[in-house]
Amino acid sequence: MTSPRTQSIVRGALAIVVVAACYEATARSGLFPRALLPTLPKVAETLVALIADGTMLRHAATTLYRMMCGFMLAVAIGLPLGIMMGRFRPLEKFVMPLASALMPIPSLAWVPVFILWFGLGNTVSILIVFYAALFPMILNSWSGVRAVNQLWLRAAGAMGADEHAMFWKVILPGASPFIITGLRQAFLRAWIAVVGAEMLASSDWGLGWVIYDAKEFLNADVMLASLVVIGAIGFVFERLVFGSLERVTVLRWGMVREAKS
Amino acid sequence: MTDAVSTVHVRRGAAAAAQGESRLRVIARTAFPFLVVGAMWEITAHAGIFPARLFPTLEEIAAAFWRLTVAGILPRHIAETVLRLLAGFALAAVVGVIIGIAMGRSRRAEDVLLPLVSIGAPIPGIAYAPLFMLWFGLGNFSAVLLVGFVSTFPVIFNTWTGVKAVKEIWVRSALVMGADQRRLFWHVILPGALPYILTGARLGLAQAWRILVVVELLAAVPWGLGWLIFGAREFLNTDVMLAGVAVIGMIGLALEKLVFERLEHYTVVRWGMMQS
Repeated sequence: MTSPRTQSIVRGALAIVVVAACYEATARSGLFPRALLPTLPKVAETLVALIADGTMLRHAATTLYRMMCGFMLAVAIGLPLGIMMGRFRPLEKFVMPLASALMPIPSLAWVPVFILWFGLGNTVSILIVFYAALFPMILNSWSGVRAVNQLWLRAAGAMGADEHAMFWKVILPGASPFIITGLRQAFLRAWIAVVGAEMLASSDWGLGWVIYDAKEFLNADVMLASLVVIGAIGFVFERLVFGSLERVTVLRWGMVREAKS
Repeated sequence: MTDAVSTVHVRRGAAAAAQGESRLRVIARTAFPFLVVGAMWEITAHAGIFPARLFPTLEEIAAAFWRLTVAGILPRHIAETVLRLLAGFALAAVVGVIIGIAMGRSRRAEDVLLPLVSIGAPIPGIAYAPLFMLWFGLGNFSAVLLVGFVSTFPVIFNTWTGVKAVKEIWVRSALVMGADQRRLFWHVILPGALPYILTGARLGLAQAWRILVVVELLAAVPWGLGWLIFGAREFLNTDVMLAGVAVIGMIGLALEKLVFERLEHYTVVRWGMMQS
């Protein structure tokens, strides 16, 4: 008898192996041109070669640099703005209509405008990332502050907390589940935006640019290898960075329960 | 799903804020920030700090909008873009809901599909674009396919979570009262999971919308808003570009307000699954 857990792992692994085998069989059958449908060993070889000669690392570093600049800027502006909007009504009334009008515009639609204004290069990518990450950050920190239980505020007030203690001990922890959700959403959007922006606005380095450039030369193996790298970076951030951030803050404080799976 | 929680909260807050004030005041209050920003834009544009070609005044943008609308160019771009979005999204909704429900209901399906879906999901959809062009050629087919592919993932994940979040006690009581599998599905599981499914659909549509403009450019479709703004760049028609961006924003807003809020109102709010 195997436990249900090992059974699911075996089934999952089997599914991946079957899909990989199907892909491999199609690639080898020669139904499609080799350049368009490279075999898996070829993709792995390309990936290893690109990592070994350092180009892939430089591409990834460039992309991460652009993304982090934009993302940090968005957090530095969006988080305080959102919190202040939650605390001060006039600010909320002023910013909310603007935010709801700008939010539905996809960040990538600004790429051509920004290219005209700022020229090709890093600035455009960073600003696009900033635009993409800003709104989830503002909205989530705003709704987090508004969602803080009134009872806690009154209790803290009755127990003599001053403004300073109220903010750091009650409002900020109370809003933290929302803020972390905001960081997560902002990251996801930033990640999409940076790849898209690089395809259109950069001209030498960056993961988005590699994929786009590989199309010109029909290098499907380079494309798939870069996709693997992009997926891996996204996965690492989502699971390791934000997952552990959540564990050491909101889960530990008992603000949210861990999802049962 | 945390996303679902946040949207509910946001809307409840907005509704509460709108209450207790006269309609006129609400309109005036909403218009005020736009007037301030618009005035700042006008001053900057008229001051001539930046070249007028790159930083057109609002009148010029409005004129470009009007010119393109009257010529029938803009409506056609809009129609093509929206059609593409809807076609891709319909594909995603059907496939995503089916896969999500299968994963939620059957352990075997969950074990097999979850690893595959988890591998595909963290890669931003736009990164697949060049690959899709290579495999399926330029044009509408790959654009629709890519949009569909991208919006499938949120639909799958939310449907799956929704089916699993249906209270065990509802399922059991329905079974005890003699519901067969079909009835159980249509009357308990589907309504129970619907708030999540709608959240997934909304997230999926938003993602599709976010990349569609770029996909239109990369896939070199002959008509579409993405094509309009990227094409206008070649001729330094900043007014056309900004008019295009504004139209894109309006469509996004309309999708959210007219489609999703209505849909939610007619289903989950009416059934009492969620407060509006």
